[in-house]
Amino acid sequence: MSFDLNFIGILIGAIMASSVPLILAASGELITERSGVLNLGVEGMMIIGAISGFALMVVTDNLFFAVVGSMLSGLILSLIFGLLTQSLLTNHVATGLALTIFGIGMSAMIGKNFVGIPGKEFPLLFLNLKESIPFLGPIFFGHSIILYFAFGLPFLTNYFLKKTKTGLIIRAVGDSPTSASNQGINVTLVRYSCILYGGAMCGLAGAYLSLIYTPQWIENMTGGRGWIALALVVFATWSPIKVLIGALIFGGITILQLHMQAVGLRIPVQLLSALPYIMTIIVLVVISRDSRKIKLNTPTSLGQIFYKEK
Amino acid sequence: MIKIEKRNDVSQSIYFLTPILAIFLTLFGGGIIFYILGFNPIEALKFFFITPISDLYGLSELLVKATPLCLIAIGLSFCFKSNNWNIGAEGQLIFGGIVGGGVALLFYNHDGFYVLPIIILSGAIGGMLFAMIPAILKTYFNTNEILVSLMLVYVAKLLLDYLVVGPWSNPEGFNFPETRQFSESARMPILFDGLRIHAGIFITLITVFLSWLILYKTYLGFQIKVSGLSLKTAKYAGYKGKTMIIIVFMISGACAGLAGVGEITGPIGQLHRNISPDYGFTAIIVAFLGRLNPVGIIFASLIVALTYLGAETAQIFLQVPKYTGQVFQGMILFFLLGSDYLLFFKIKFLGLKKNEL
Repeated sequence: MSFDLNFIGILIGAIMASSVPLILAASGELITERSGVLNLGVEGMMIIGAISGFALMVVTDNLFFAVVGSMLSGLILSLIFGLLTQSLLTNHVATGLALTIFGIGMSAMIGKNFVGIPGKEFPLLFLNLKESIPFLGPIFFGHSIILYFAFGLPFLTNYFLKKTKTGLIIRAVGDSPTSASNQGINVTLVRYSCILYGGAMCGLAGAYLSLIYTPQWIENMTGGRGWIALALVVFATWSPIKVLIGALIFGGITILQLHMQAVGLRIPVQLLSALPYIMTIIVLVVISRDSRKIKLNTPTSLGQIFYKEK
Repeated sequence: MIKIEKRNDVSQSIYFLTPILAIFLTLFGGGIIFYILGFNPIEALKFFFITPISDLYGLSELLVKATPLCLIAIGLSFCFKSNNWNIGAEGQLIFGGIVGGGVALLFYNHDGFYVLPIIILSGAIGGMLFAMIPAILKTYFNTNEILVSLMLVYVAKLLLDYLVVGPWSNPEGFNFPETRQFSESARMPILFDGLRIHAGIFITLITVFLSWLILYKTYLGFQIKVSGLSLKTAKYAGYKGKTMIIIVFMISGACAGLAGVGEITGPIGQLHRNISPDYGFTAIIVAFLGRLNPVGIIFASLIVALTYLGAETAQIFLQVPKYTGQVFQGMILFFLLGSDYLLFFKIKFLGLKKNEL
């Protein structure tokens, strides 16, 4: 029995690990969207984060540089988005799509020389505790520092948005940019900052994939996680804590289908692999059905262009 | 010294000139990227944009690639004009290919002039039905069509993978993930011996013409444009928004399905895992570059098709990955969207006035 319990613990640990990139990317995007900006480039920023993190790890042999570099590259990509949508007032949806297409192409171009190189071992914390405590050990210990950060992030984000002045300003800008602007808030500056923060978090999410989760570079390795992260923000009705719950559910589906594949059930592998995507659609339908609830929680100016006559 | 002023009305000439500006900026940006990668930028750009179309075969390949791109983009223009963000055309293309391919396998070793039209029609219906999923979910469950249509791309890809590996795989195919080669009656006629350009191009041209008719000469087209400009006005005028959303998705799904079936009965001739090099996504860029205008889209599809060919040539001559094409495509869209700024704002260069000194 104790063996079974330990196995469940390991399973939960695996679910937590697979939800990390979703938590990071969705938390970042949540801040961006709360300021009224819809950045559909999450997938592109994640994949750029994944390749730059991995490439820097190979070149510098330093994991710290790799992680910071991946965040910087996500940030640079989001800066392009910011310049276009905030300074040149382009359409958010189209610009985000361009960012994703560009990011995927760019990552494959950079990554050409890094295919097939084995990754480096990422230090895991409290490994001895993981093995000595049954059940709870594999859940709480033996993870990378990024995982602990990711699980703290939704709570920090929640506190930041609800209890701090900066959080209030971001929400004000997202809900009514015109009145925020009349109050003397620099709407463009706030939105730029939120876009850049979102980009850095997406970069980090990508680095988690290529440095820790599957430590190697594979073309298109994000495999739609960026889009699932975007769906998660809607699923969570823009609340950080619900992002955490949603990410765990999706992590759970991913791990579950992997285990079902391993056990060799008589269900086609492809159907199991399609589960996360099908679930995303079902969940979106269930959440969005109540249009009043969605309207109440959506940042009012989401995706709208703000222009101030000078 | 530089003053930015809002334009009162959008200038028509700039509206169609900015795409050309965007293309030049992309060439410039591409040159810089090639320079960073250690190539002579002029040389590399020549390999990318001139070498591929310097012979008859290259020109035919350009049309082979532009055929599906133009077709999908035309369909998407209906969605985008009415502010419906269908970005899952890739999935609709694949699903159309699956349905059309299934029918083609059903008619295996079957002769008759009716075989190909049935396959083409079933492909279009397949794409149309697949596009109706996000449309119906949007209209009746208020679900975000961007995310749903995109998720369905992955579902369609996995379904195709399942079929070509499992039930539809070629019984004499040594377990390769592909179906039988379709029989001759199920293939698009080739237009010239030795070249790959096929009759699918006529489907594209007819669709372009029909779209122009619908968009500019019918009440439906008028409704689509009005709802794109102002949803409030459309509601006030009493247009049935829900029906229109479903119609535009059906049109764009059918176009993507046609593109899919054109690929599998044309250049490919069977079903396998990679029936489309992301035509469905790239067509989004084509639609914008062509300003959602049928004629504009024809030109845009040729230019974007060239980035595919260029990437293939550059892969051979410069050993750069074929994804370079995608980088160029992303850049075109960036520059295009960015240069739209000129549509709405005037940039005036003023001399210093006396009182400013």
